[in-house]
Amino acid sequence: MTATTKERPEPSVADPVLSLSGIEKRFGAVQALSEVHLDVAPGEVVALVGDNGAGKSTLVKVISGVYQPDAGSITFSGRKVQVGGPSEAQALGISTVFQDLALCDNLDVVANLFLGQERGSRGWLDEVSMEKEAWRLLRTLSAKIPSVRIPIAALSGGQRQTVAIARSLVGAPKIVMLDEPTAALGVAQTAEVLNLVERLRENGLGVILVSHNMADVQAVADRIVVLRLGRNAAEFNIADVTTADLVAAITGASDNVVAERARRGQPDSIAGAVDE
Amino acid sequence: MSSTRPESTDPAATVPADRTDERLVQDKGVVGILQAFARRVRGGDLGSLPVIVGLVVISLVFYFQEPTFLSSRTLVNITLFAAPIGIIAIGVVLVLLLGEIDLSVGSVSGLASSVMAVLVVYKDFPLWMAIVAGAATGLGVGVFYALLFTKIGVPSFVITLAGLLGFLGLQLLVLGKNGTVNLPPDSGLIEFARVSFVTGTASYVLVVLVALAYGVALVWGARRRAAAGLSAASWVGIAIRTGLLAAGLLYLTYYLNIDRGLGYLPLLFVVLVVVTDLMLRKTSWGRHVFAVGGNEEAARRSGIHVSRVYLSVFALTGTFSAVGGLLAAGQLTSVSQASGGTDTNLTAIAAAVIGGTSLFGGRGTAYAALLGIIVLQSIQTGLNVVGVDSSVRYMVTGAVLLLAVSIDSVSRRARSSSGRG
Repeated sequence: MTATTKERPEPSVADPVLSLSGIEKRFGAVQALSEVHLDVAPGEVVALVGDNGAGKSTLVKVISGVYQPDAGSITFSGRKVQVGGPSEAQALGISTVFQDLALCDNLDVVANLFLGQERGSRGWLDEVSMEKEAWRLLRTLSAKIPSVRIPIAALSGGQRQTVAIARSLVGAPKIVMLDEPTAALGVAQTAEVLNLVERLRENGLGVILVSHNMADVQAVADRIVVLRLGRNAAEFNIADVTTADLVAAITGASDNVVAERARRGQPDSIAGAVDE
Repeated sequence: MSSTRPESTDPAATVPADRTDERLVQDKGVVGILQAFARRVRGGDLGSLPVIVGLVVISLVFYFQEPTFLSSRTLVNITLFAAPIGIIAIGVVLVLLLGEIDLSVGSVSGLASSVMAVLVVYKDFPLWMAIVAGAATGLGVGVFYALLFTKIGVPSFVITLAGLLGFLGLQLLVLGKNGTVNLPPDSGLIEFARVSFVTGTASYVLVVLVALAYGVALVWGARRRAAAGLSAASWVGIAIRTGLLAAGLLYLTYYLNIDRGLGYLPLLFVVLVVVTDLMLRKTSWGRHVFAVGGNEEAARRSGIHVSRVYLSVFALTGTFSAVGGLLAAGQLTSVSQASGGTDTNLTAIAAAVIGGTSLFGGRGTAYAALLGIIVLQSIQTGLNVVGVDSSVRYMVTGAVLLLAVSIDSVSRRARSSSGRG
């Protein structure tokens, strides 16, 4: 397999809710994204993988409206859209859980869940309704949060991740983007987040999952889009992909240790294997 | 023990939705409330405690030096002199909540009062129009700061330091050669700020109405929470809180009524504090102010219009400064080149900080302005009553400010180790 192989299944999805094509983004002399395309259908989990600096986070920020693309078009629900800012993305129905979670440490859980989309009438907050909804959202995630009236600073890393994911569900979005959602989590919490991704799919949401963790990606994704150096390097359906294919597409080289092992016919027994 | 844990067998039937986690320590009864308070303080969530302790210490020290310090007359004077700078301090609290600073509140207050005085005295404008013009001056300055801050990105420290100098110059220019403008003695502003008092039956009716409104609001909130299946405050707790508030206010009113009573000016100050507090805690605007102060990037990504929050806060700070300056002018019956000088500036900023507003942003209440200015005015009045030189007053005020910021820093460290942000 060569580094430039484009295994793009055509058509990638029948009726995408979100479709990006020809996205370009430059930072000074650095071409962070060039001619990137991405389709997400309702009820589909698309994993976005790539090495450090491959442009995953930049693409996420373009979709969520933090960055404006220099070229290319974004189609949402069959309509060409300009995502002018995070609030426009939210209004469209694209919600994002950022890698740094973007929570306010000084505010409590309820305030963070509804930040920027508070409930109430004429500017006055309806704390009771928000607190009730907060508990409902947290229950659907089986979240282990003792009280929603404690500041975020008092929560553990996993609890913060849960709050951030619960927040992405406020306002009934169509697309949820998760940027490295399991990076800081323990085993049980990772499983919980992956269950949640399943539940999002069951509810007909399109999910974009950015991750470094191949096990997580292969556990929940329907399709895997690989970025390398700001370009679409490969695209796989989950049914016909091996870890070796993924690693080769991500690194752009076929002579890596995973591929080597795959050629020797023992792709899965990595732990405890002894070099011959 | 007053702490109980809910049965985990059937939480939904009996336990409110927010009390189901078995790790949650529940506090029942008066002892429980006290224990929860002690836990909060140990965790570095000091709230208004240091200020109130400080106020008690100040009162006792001056009282033993000179018993007239706690006389009705002195207390009425403290409320009167505290109010104008207190109103300016509300604006400082707002800007500190964003983690920014306004060093020019004094100059802006002086400029606004100069505009007002010149319009009334030299240009024969009606008083209300001159007052509106003065307040609009402050508003305009605030909007100007906000544009510099959000569009160009100059740090607020530098913008307002430049404003401190620039608007002082503009004030001198507006006042012209004479330097001092005396307001007409029959001016409504002077009457409002100096000789108007709520007293007698009216004052007691006011107190009862305030206590009733407080009680009704608590009951209403508790019923809504109970109806939504959330934990609600107990009737006994509500009764105790309302009763304490009513008793405290009634005694204070009685005591102030021995002398002249509660002035219109301090009353306006308290109303502004209460309204600002409600805006901060109960509206989405207030929520956004705290969010921007806590984590600006998170606020921006949540879709909050961060620059609008900055604009509204700088504009309010400018307006509060102007209103404070106008009322100070009414109280002193004149505007001079010294109006809104260093004293006003530093006292207003110190009051906000001493009252417990964190300099690091995102933490504080509007009541910080009230408590802080009462502490500072008590010190000033107390030292006057005792007959100490103003050199000592500056040193004492400086020491109190240093103490307040030290308490803020120490409690910040305690908070980060106990997870209270």
